[in-house]
Amino acid sequence: MKHLLTTVGLDAAAIAGLLDVADHMSEINSRQVPKVPALRGRTVASVFFEDSTRTRLSFETAAKRLSADTMTFSVSTSSVNKGESLRDTIETLSAMGVDAFVVRHKSSGVPAAVTQWTDAAVINAGDGWHQHPTQALLDAFTITRSFGDGNSMSGRRVAIIGDIKHSRVARSNMDVFVKLGAEVTVVAPSTLLPPGGLPAGVLSAHGIDDVVGSCDVLYMLRMQRERMDSALVPELGEYSARFGLDAARAARLPAHALVMHPGPMNRGVEMLVDPSTLPGSRILAQVTNGVAVRMAVLFTILGGAATGLSQGDA
Amino acid sequence: MNPAATHRETRILDGDDLRRAVTRISHEIVERNQGAGALVVVGIQTGGVWIAELIAANITAIEPAREVALGTVDVSMYRDDLAIRPVVPAAPTDIPCDLTGATVVLVDNVLYTGRTVRAALEALNDHGRPRAVQLAVIVDRGHRELPIRPDYVGKNVPTHMADDVTVGPEGVVISTTMEVSAG
Repeated sequence: MKHLLTTVGLDAAAIAGLLDVADHMSEINSRQVPKVPALRGRTVASVFFEDSTRTRLSFETAAKRLSADTMTFSVSTSSVNKGESLRDTIETLSAMGVDAFVVRHKSSGVPAAVTQWTDAAVINAGDGWHQHPTQALLDAFTITRSFGDGNSMSGRRVAIIGDIKHSRVARSNMDVFVKLGAEVTVVAPSTLLPPGGLPAGVLSAHGIDDVVGSCDVLYMLRMQRERMDSALVPELGEYSARFGLDAARAARLPAHALVMHPGPMNRGVEMLVDPSTLPGSRILAQVTNGVAVRMAVLFTILGGAATGLSQGDA
Repeated sequence: MNPAATHRETRILDGDDLRRAVTRISHEIVERNQGAGALVVVGIQTGGVWIAELIAANITAIEPAREVALGTVDVSMYRDDLAIRPVVPAAPTDIPCDLTGATVVLVDNVLYTGRTVRAALEALNDHGRPRAVQLAVIVDRGHRELPIRPDYVGKNVPTHMADDVTVGPEGVVISTTMEVSAG
């Protein structure tokens, strides 16, 4: 694996391989000294053209726990304000000696474009409405490890609630969950379903009440306020009434069901109940697992199981 | 034209020999660590794990009062040759307790260059500061590249670097591939 741009190229076996490596990383993270020398001397640059403090910190923590050096490029402090192009930025950083770029951009396809301007590996940390592969991997890790199902989500009913159309998280998660065998149902206003239709094997339902009593995983997406401005959703109160998780709905969840959210949460919009009161909430576990899964991705690309080297090099 | 190659397999220990060697090593460990506090037997993933399990069970059989813990260590994050030899990590490390003050017996199937053991020593360090670390191996095949020596050895076996040594419950086999020039 040279880059991680999308989940589409990963089959179930490749996903399982990454989740297995993430088990190692979880064990490392549980130690008193959670640091190993695996990527000593490698440099990981986070290049974020869109604000995302938590994703950036998660990647940087992952890189540091593997002893890689990190550098951060964020738009507000950079020469982009002076008119430097994206390509110039990548080429300049590459010339300093970067082994991997972690790229976040508001436009789909930017991470793929970056691969043409550098020899370094490129990891997509979220591009537009397109993909957020490490989020899907960490969610699959959280679900399979919570249920003790190995690397399979076979037969698990996962309901994804919210703005499916504009969500890279939903797009990546649907892909990974279906590959691992889950039965995925999306719940969204019809204006927020993808215009091109849903991926094969994904069902849709009209309201959260249709799924809350029977799901194994309730996956809440962030409802972005910009969507109200563009009139795709009439008003927040109406959205909450049909798609929000409140105490009454939470009480109808099966006892074993997990509640997840990629963050940051909109309390009072999609989340009408304090998730810390829900026994099935895995929202903080997702954050913890995010570091482990990103360590696994960095290690697989930069350190270990890369297929780029032939056996002859041994 | 490829030169003709001959392949030869030699069984140097059978299953009974191997069990006897492990039993002897277990007795040596008990003898050398009398009253020395906590003893932790740690198998290196993956080849050393089943041998460590056998040794820990033997020690408990020899001295039932003796406190023996069993652990495993995965060294893939500590290797010095990651860049030239990609690894797929096996099962994760499982160290059951803080190693500070404990005597650790590190167990592997084959001792060769010593680089795996070096990585394992570094990995153990992240779980505390052991009072001592001792090394038990079934086969010492030579060709050391680091100043590392075993404390307990099943059998010393001179090998060529091209040989392959396999250790399993059914014994130890050396596979030699020799290139024979046709002329």
